[in-house]
Amino acid sequence: MDQSVTRTDVAHTHVTFDDGIALECGTTLRRHTVAFRTYGTLNADRSNAVLVCHALTGDQYVAEHHPITGKPGWWDMVVGPGRPVDTDRFFVICPNVLGGCMGSTGPLSNRERPDGTLADEPWGTDFPPVTIRDMVHAQKRLIEHLGIERLFAVLGGSMGGMQVLQWAALYPESVFAALPIATASYHSAQNIAFHEVGRQAIFADPDWQNGRYWQTGRIPARGLAVARMCAHITYLSEEALTRKFGRRLQNAPKDSTEAINLFGEMFEVESYLRHQGSTFVQRFDANSYLTITRAMDYFDLAADYGGDLATAFRGTRTRFLLASFTSDWLFPTPESRTVARALNRAGANVSFVEFPTDKGHDAFLLDEPDFHRTLAGFLRGCAVHAGLVR
Amino acid sequence: MSTLDPVRFLAKNLRVDLALIAGMIAPGARVLDIGCGDGTLIDHLFQTKGCDARGIEIDMAEVTRAVAHGLPVMHGDADIDLAHYPDSAFDYVVLSRALQAVERPREVLSQMLRIGTRAVVSFPNFGHWLVRWQLLSTGRMPMTATWDRPWHETPNIHPCTIRDFFILCEEEGYVVEQWLAADDGGRRAPWRRFSRLANLFGEQGVFLLRHR
Repeated sequence: MDQSVTRTDVAHTHVTFDDGIALECGTTLRRHTVAFRTYGTLNADRSNAVLVCHALTGDQYVAEHHPITGKPGWWDMVVGPGRPVDTDRFFVICPNVLGGCMGSTGPLSNRERPDGTLADEPWGTDFPPVTIRDMVHAQKRLIEHLGIERLFAVLGGSMGGMQVLQWAALYPESVFAALPIATASYHSAQNIAFHEVGRQAIFADPDWQNGRYWQTGRIPARGLAVARMCAHITYLSEEALTRKFGRRLQNAPKDSTEAINLFGEMFEVESYLRHQGSTFVQRFDANSYLTITRAMDYFDLAADYGGDLATAFRGTRTRFLLASFTSDWLFPTPESRTVARALNRAGANVSFVEFPTDKGHDAFLLDEPDFHRTLAGFLRGCAVHAGLVR
Repeated sequence: MSTLDPVRFLAKNLRVDLALIAGMIAPGARVLDIGCGDGTLIDHLFQTKGCDARGIEIDMAEVTRAVAHGLPVMHGDADIDLAHYPDSAFDYVVLSRALQAVERPREVLSQMLRIGTRAVVSFPNFGHWLVRWQLLSTGRMPMTATWDRPWHETPNIHPCTIRDFFILCEEEGYVVEQWLAADDGGRRAPWRRFSRLANLFGEQGVFLLRHR
């Protein structure tokens, strides 16, 4: 892993609000920026807007080539012309989350002094601990700024699904259809545990420098890569790893100095994980990773409503689609079922499907034709009920 | 027992008992269809009667088909998931051709009439003459067009007759607002005034119930 990689600075489409955002932790940010991308055209009565919420390491480049990696959009099989979220019909908005590192306010942004002026250095680890609710508040500001009162649909997987649930709970009148995918209403102890391993890997990297790595220009690439490798295992399944790599060996790269190469050869799965780790550090900020993993860990929607998840959705008229995947052990189906049952208790209109796949949690990002057909059909049905289709 | 309005609308390809059930449901009603399959009935109720119709189905492939068709259907089990709905959430709760396949039919019926004002239940009639004749003449479990799986393969673990169902309703204190017997060909049997004849010649029973 190259220790000298730095994130390329790219200009992101954004809007800055300077009327302050009060965070759940009690801090108020006087100004905050939301970086976002849009696709398609907003119709005359502003009724065809769809908000896509990204996952932990996602960003706003959902349906176009990424400006840093050059790779296709992270959900370009789902969002685009003729896709399930059809940009020929819908106006799609995808913001970078608060705390992110793709242009929205986060640990990389210049810190605010107590008097509200901006310092010359980034927030780093002093960035306030944000929550999923804070992220949604920031997104609501963006939606209002775009002149949209009601979103036709809000959708997202994993942490994106947490935002969807939070949207539906906070702003039921602004969400006609909600699609929380491969997600849960709270982050489980096991998931928090995996996040903690990732955070400790970052802390253990000498280049982390207590989070002030901008001072030396050396980023904690190794720590962040290990965090990514650990997390990446949780996104797959044993079956998928066996199918893709089995126990196959390959020669270790000759120029590598890493300890594992003492053996002269490596398992293909090791090589794959190292690749995942090293490409990740080129596009992601370590302090952002700490901030966002923490936001997920804090998420417990029922706790905000007296311990009963149904209370969060009482009386809602939003139409829900919950989707999960058989081999997803990070956000297993029972967690989606828990949400579905809470919605039943709240009298909500809920569809709930589990898709058979061996691809684990990552399935929501991959080529799953049944899942995609179902998304398309659900949105088509909702469009009829919303009066979007004549 | 009130007389049933004639079924005026018999959609093409709509299963016979579904058409009969649809005939019992008022326009604009809130409906939950338990064991809704691919959602044919809820689609029909929305398209022709403007009902807010939703479904539960245990077979995931059917759930996927229904949702991909734009219908609000969730994966669930009648024996477990009805407990999660609030009281009186629906005007009608429908259980078509599934009563005989649930683990606890009495409990399911009681949940149906807790979460709905009315319940519509259809089931294949085990008292049909052909079933009786086959059992009598061969001494083996009957195999008919309706009861078409061998005893060790059938999901129908609680078969009952039309008479049995009347007796259960009596025991549980449910009012039978409407009932009829039909054959699989779609003609309603003419003997619906006489339950014993219906029990002999009806291939399926369709009941509209409410609490006393």
